[in-house]
Amino acid sequence: MDRPIRVLVAKPGLDGHDRGAKVIARALRDAGMEVIYTGLRQTPEQIVAAAIQEDVDVVAMSILSGAHNHLFPRVVNLLKEEGVDDVLIIGGGVIPEDDIPFLLESGIEAIFTPGTSTKDVIEFIKNNLKR
Amino acid sequence: MFDGKKINEIKTSIDRWEKETVEKTISRFPERKEKFTTGSNAEVKRLYTPVDIKDFDYEEDLGYPGEYPYTRGVQPTMYRGRLWTMRQYAGFATAEESNERYKYLLEQGQTGLSVAFDLPTQIGYDSDHPLAEGEVGKVGVAIDSLKDMEVLFDGIPLDKVSTSMTINAPASVLLAMYIAVAEKQGVSKDKLRGTIQNDILKEYIARGTYIFPPEPSMRLITNIFEYCSREVPKWNTISISGYHVREAGSTAVQEVAFTLANGIAYVEAAINAGLDVDDFAPRLSFFFNAHNDLLEEVAKYRAARRLWARIMKERFKAKNPKSMQLKFHTQTAGSTLTAQQPDNNIIRVTIQTLAAVLGGTQSLHTNSRDEALALPTEESVRIALRTQQIVAYESGVTETVDPLAGSYYVESLTNKIEEEAIRYIEKIDELGGAPKAIEKGYIQREIQNAAYRYQMEIESGERIVVGVNKFQIEETEKKEILKVDRTVELNQKEKLARLKKERNNEEVERVLKLLKEKAETDENLMPYILDAVKAYATLGEICDVLREVFSEYEQSVIL
Repeated sequence: MDRPIRVLVAKPGLDGHDRGAKVIARALRDAGMEVIYTGLRQTPEQIVAAAIQEDVDVVAMSILSGAHNHLFPRVVNLLKEEGVDDVLIIGGGVIPEDDIPFLLESGIEAIFTPGTSTKDVIEFIKNNLKR
Repeated sequence: MFDGKKINEIKTSIDRWEKETVEKTISRFPERKEKFTTGSNAEVKRLYTPVDIKDFDYEEDLGYPGEYPYTRGVQPTMYRGRLWTMRQYAGFATAEESNERYKYLLEQGQTGLSVAFDLPTQIGYDSDHPLAEGEVGKVGVAIDSLKDMEVLFDGIPLDKVSTSMTINAPASVLLAMYIAVAEKQGVSKDKLRGTIQNDILKEYIARGTYIFPPEPSMRLITNIFEYCSREVPKWNTISISGYHVREAGSTAVQEVAFTLANGIAYVEAAINAGLDVDDFAPRLSFFFNAHNDLLEEVAKYRAARRLWARIMKERFKAKNPKSMQLKFHTQTAGSTLTAQQPDNNIIRVTIQTLAAVLGGTQSLHTNSRDEALALPTEESVRIALRTQQIVAYESGVTETVDPLAGSYYVESLTNKIEEEAIRYIEKIDELGGAPKAIEKGYIQREIQNAAYRYQMEIESGERIVVGVNKFQIEETEKKEILKVDRTVELNQKEKLARLKKERNNEEVERVLKLLKEKAETDENLMPYILDAVKAYATLGEICDVLREVFSEYEQSVIL
């Protein structure tokens, strides 16, 4: 496959802290990926619709409000319901360690917490694509 | 400050020192880096001398505390008279639980309250709104109606404490609820002291809890200015915030520049609405960040004070000295907290506290060590408050006013930050003012560039963050953290359903209809919002009425 990796960077929920999302978006772009950023306050439905419409390989979500346990798995489930099972879904933000096992079980393939290097995110995406 | 002859002599001896003394040392022991920079990436020289502030005019540039241009502080005696207000931002889960935390903080010696609302409240949604799902009570307390507000301040005498509320788009509604609770306690409006954040422009730039487009938002803000100047004269009607601009990744200069540019926009809007500058400007307040670069931060606060005084006097022809005084709250920088080795954050917060105090803050929130992980526990909050108390009572920095004045480095940095901020403000003026510059994405882009550069500096190792890219350890220790569970959301929904059944719904309908009619005119909406909250119309219902008339803001995504 020659086309560049396509990534949807998404902000589910109501929090407006998008410094991290934007830094990641730019770092992925600098690493040669095509990046679409949704902007703030996206519902899981909107994120899934954008992922399908943009035919992305990766959905990268960021939450800092604490609503991750509720919103991240909904995106995974909605994508499944739409019959999409070859998109890599990752998440990041202020996420307590205790919540990570649940999120991984729910189908989020990796959770990146504060202090993560963008290089690690790029590396993970390149090594874990599903298509 | 120094005459030309003396300056030339010093220049000559600096050259001599460089050649005879420095070069000898450097040839054997090179400096650690090619280039030294501040936390905001401004170049720092090896040594600062009178040459760096040669045009400095003491009377004009510094003057005296409590006098124009207020570089040295807004009060004549500063902390010798009264310490800053120690105000920890708190709020989570339900009004009952937050009320308990406030009482705890007051018992521990805190001197003012600072209310954190959850995101649905901040965006004008009730707890039963579909978008509120998963967010209720998470980052602050959930307030749906006056009922919740009554519980939140139960047993707290509102004529005795000052209360700061971090609320923006629906600020008029929450202020109305606060006034209504006070009335029930028998406290009249003119005795209330506190602050609402009410700064919508930085929501579009950096914080994200906007509801309406800029124009009606600015109208709500000027409505509050006008109403409070008459009815709630001790209330700070806005807290023009650089805090979130900095958290979004800006430099210190950008924090000053974009905050004051927003301030200029509010002053212009109020003047255009027919207000006299000296009627509302004394109640404008500011909110800044405190980062790790101690001396740069001190210079930043001093530069901001001087620049705002000059803007108010020269640009807006204010006559009342209070209109020219930049009073500010400070919060230590959340973005500098690390999830790794979280106890190290106590030391970062201490440095930041010193910066705020040496910079002359009026009030301060110190972050807790565990905030890169979750909401802080009670123990962490106590340590954060104790940090302020140790600086206040043990460090000695409070005993004289503006102790760093006269430092060649600090004065030179103060000048530089002011000059560079002026250049940004001129650029924003050229673009048509802050609202236009935001619409064009200029301000957001400048901040994003700085944020990206900062991240890349960390990743290249150019910038060291202890415990993150140097001095790491295997993180094993499990920390106790505070969690808000789903029952909060369910309880809140139940309470709301009960309220909607029990209140006088005809009255609610009447006040909401009246509010809608008035929103379509130019009338001041505050009295109608006050009537609506007193009838127990919910926050969501009131904001929905305004959404219908004003429409909703659509963010332009800038990458």
